[in-house]
Amino acid sequence: MSDFTANFWSVYVAGITLAGIVACLLLLWITARKKIVSAADNTTGHVWDEDLTEMNNPMPRWWMWLFVITAVFSLLYLAFYPGLGTYQGSLGWSSRGAYDAEVEEANRQLAPLYAQFTARKVEEVAGDAAAMAIGERLFMNNCAQCHGSDARGSKGFPNLADADWLHGGTPDKIVETINAGRQGAMPPMAAAVGSADDVKNVANYVLSLSGAPHDSLRAQLGKSKFTACAACHGMDGKGNPAMGAPNLTDDVWLHGYGEQAIIAMVNNGKTNVMPAQHGKLTDAQIHVLASYVWGLSNKPVVVKP
Amino acid sequence: MQHQKVIPIVPVPAAPEETVSLYEAHKKVYPRSVTGLFARWRWAFVWLTQIVFYGLPWLSWGTENGSRQAVLFDLAARRFYLFGEVLYPQDFIYLTGLLVASALLLFLFTAVAGRLWCGFACPQTVYTEIFLWIERHVEGDRPQRLKLDGSSFSTEKLVKKSFKHLAWMSVAMWTGVTFVGYFTPVRELGMEFLQTRMDSWEVFWVFFYAAATYGNAGFLREQVCKYMCPYARFQSAMFDKDTLIVSYDAARGDPRGTRGRRDDFQARGLGSCIDCGLCVQVCPTGIDIRNGLQYECISCAACVDVCDTVMDKMEYPRGLIRFSTQQALDKGWTGRDIVRRVLRPRILVYATVLAALCMGLAISLALRTPLRVDVVRDRASLARIVAGGKLENVYRLQVMNATEETQRYRIGAEGLPGLAIASDDEVSVGPAESRWVAVRLQLPYGAAPAGSHAIHFTIEGQGGAHVREKSVFIVPR
Repeated sequence: MSDFTANFWSVYVAGITLAGIVACLLLLWITARKKIVSAADNTTGHVWDEDLTEMNNPMPRWWMWLFVITAVFSLLYLAFYPGLGTYQGSLGWSSRGAYDAEVEEANRQLAPLYAQFTARKVEEVAGDAAAMAIGERLFMNNCAQCHGSDARGSKGFPNLADADWLHGGTPDKIVETINAGRQGAMPPMAAAVGSADDVKNVANYVLSLSGAPHDSLRAQLGKSKFTACAACHGMDGKGNPAMGAPNLTDDVWLHGYGEQAIIAMVNNGKTNVMPAQHGKLTDAQIHVLASYVWGLSNKPVVVKP
Repeated sequence: MQHQKVIPIVPVPAAPEETVSLYEAHKKVYPRSVTGLFARWRWAFVWLTQIVFYGLPWLSWGTENGSRQAVLFDLAARRFYLFGEVLYPQDFIYLTGLLVASALLLFLFTAVAGRLWCGFACPQTVYTEIFLWIERHVEGDRPQRLKLDGSSFSTEKLVKKSFKHLAWMSVAMWTGVTFVGYFTPVRELGMEFLQTRMDSWEVFWVFFYAAATYGNAGFLREQVCKYMCPYARFQSAMFDKDTLIVSYDAARGDPRGTRGRRDDFQARGLGSCIDCGLCVQVCPTGIDIRNGLQYECISCAACVDVCDTVMDKMEYPRGLIRFSTQQALDKGWTGRDIVRRVLRPRILVYATVLAALCMGLAISLALRTPLRVDVVRDRASLARIVAGGKLENVYRLQVMNATEETQRYRIGAEGLPGLAIASDDEVSVGPAESRWVAVRLQLPYGAAPAGSHAIHFTIEGQGGAHVREKSVFIVPR
C-alpha cells in the first residue's frame, strides 16, 4: 500500500465514500418529505416553450425503499470488506487471500487425481495419455514461455526434446531442475586463454571437436590453449553434466553456432538462469511435468493394467 | 388541407390543486376478466410462447453418438448446441446477428402496429396473464377480489390466499427449472431437483429465476412496464401518426353519459360512450384509455374487447375503442386508408434492412464450415536454426471440431518455396472438441530473404471441410 504512506489519503478517501452515502440518504430523506402542488390535470404547473408542461409522474414509494436498502447495504459492505481507505474490513477479506484460498481448494480437489500419478514412476506416468494431457497444459502454462510450445527451445533456451542434457536427463535430474532451477555460468575466459589470436585459435579447435568447418592450422595451435577450458568441459570437450558444462563435440549449440559466436562466448562468458518452480507448482504437478518432459525425448514404459 | 378541430370552449371551474408527495404509494390494479377477439389472440400467444419455452429443453436431437438435448447452451464447456449445429464462443457473431434482427423486427413491428409485443408476447404480460388466471380461479373476478382484499382476516381468506401463492410458486419453480434447463441438461436437472441434490449454482439460478417470476408476475406486474421497462421509454421514437394504437374515438364517444338502452342519446346531446367504466376496470396497467395515448398503454386491447361487448349490448356499432391511427382519427379514415398508409418509407427501410440481415444470417449459417482454426505464432521464439541448417518457426494451431464425430484433419502450409511441416501433419480431434497442436514449419536456409513472410495454413477435414488461415514466417537476419 505504497499509495497510502501517509494516513491523510486513507482518511480522505474514506471521508468521500462515507459523505457520498450520507448525502444519498439525506437526499432521499428530503425528497420523501417534500410535497409539491399538483393541479387536477396532474401537471405540476411548470411550463416551458409556451406549451410544454411538466406532468406529475411520481416514483413508486417502494422504489425509494430500494434506494434506502442499497445505502444500508453499502454501509454493511464497507464494514465487512475493505473499501474505506486502508481499513481492511472486519472479515479480513483480501483478493490475495481469496486467490490463495481458491488455489488451495483447487489443489485439494485435484489431489486424488494427482495421487494416482505420484504413486507411479516418471517412466510409467509418461506412458499415460491422461497424465500427458495434464503435463502438456502444465508445460504450456509454465515452461512454453522460454522453451517454446513444442519444447524445442531456441537460442539461449535449451531444447528439451532431444537427447542432449546440460545437467543430465534422468527423471531425478529433471525433477531436480524443475524444483530448484539451474544457473549456468560460463566465466569470461579470454585472459586465461591468451591473446585475441589465441582465442580465435581455441574457437577453431572447439569447432573441430564437433567436426564443424574450421581452420585446421588454427585448431592445432588452439589445442594447447584449450587446457583453460578443460577444467569444466573436460580434456576431450565432452562437457560435465555435474556442473552443467555443455558437450562441445556434438552439433547442439545453445548460444549460437560458428566462430564468431564461440569467440564472443570465450571473451564475455554467459550467465543463464532457469528459475526454480518449487512453490509455484505442487510436488505432484512437478512429478507430472517431469514425466512429460522426460517423455519428449524418451520412450515411455507402458504398463498394461 | 389540415383539418382544424374546433374545440367547444366551455367554462371550467379552476382546477383544484392538491399537495402530493414525490413518491407515490402503490395502488393495486384489479384487472377484470375479459373475453373477445383479442383476449383469444392473447391466450393463443400465451400457449404458443409457453409451449416453446417449456417444451424446447425436453426436445432431443439424434446424432451418431446417441442423442442429446436439441437446444443446450453448455456454458461450462463453452459449446452451444442448436439442433444440428455446434457453436463455439467464436460464433458469437450469430448471436449478435440474432439480437440485431430481433431489434429490427421490434422496430418494424412497433412502427406498424405499436406495442403488440407488449400486449401479447412479452414474458411480463404472458406470466402476468397466467398468474391472473390462477388468481381469478382461486379468488374470483375483480369484484370478489376487491371484496376479499377489503375483508378482515378469516379462514376462507387464509385458505384462498395460501392456495393462490402455492400455485404461483409452483409455476415459478417450474419456470426456474426450465430456464436453468437451457444451460444444463434438463432431464438430469429435473431428477436432481426432485432428489434435492442440485449443485449450488443451479440452486441459485433456479431460485433466482423462480423468485423473479413470482415477484414480477405476482406483485410488480404493470409496474415493470411503467417504471422499469426501457422499451416503453423509447417506443415514441418508433411511433408516428400512422402507427396503429388502441384509441378511443372521442369524436364519436363524447360527451359521455349514462343512459337507458332505448334512450335517444343523440337527442340528449350525448355521444356513444355510456361511461360504464369497464374499459378502466379491465386495464392491466390501470389507465383510462379515453384520456388518449399514454405511455402506460401496452396495447393489450382488453378495453377494445370489453367495449365491443358493451356496444353489442347497447346495439350500437362496434369500434368506439379500436385499433386505429392518429391520422385516421383526425381525418375520419376508413380501414382501407389505414392499410394504404402502412407502406411508408420508414417501414420499407426497416423491412429491407431486416430482410437483408436475415438472409445474410441464413446464408452464412448454411455455408458455415464445421471446422475452425486459430493460428498463434509461438510466443517464445521468433525463429531458430535446427540441424541440417534449416530455419524453423513454431506455431500453435487451435483446431476446433464443430461436428459431433471424431475428425481427422490434414494440415498443410504454403506461401514460400520449400516450406515444409516438420511435425505431424495429421491431427485427430474428438466430437465437439478443440485441440491445441504445436506445428513446426521448416525452410531451407537462404530460401527466403530476412524479414517476415506471409504464409497460409490449410486444414482439410474428411467431409470436405476446408479452412485457410493466414500467418507469417519469420526469417532472422
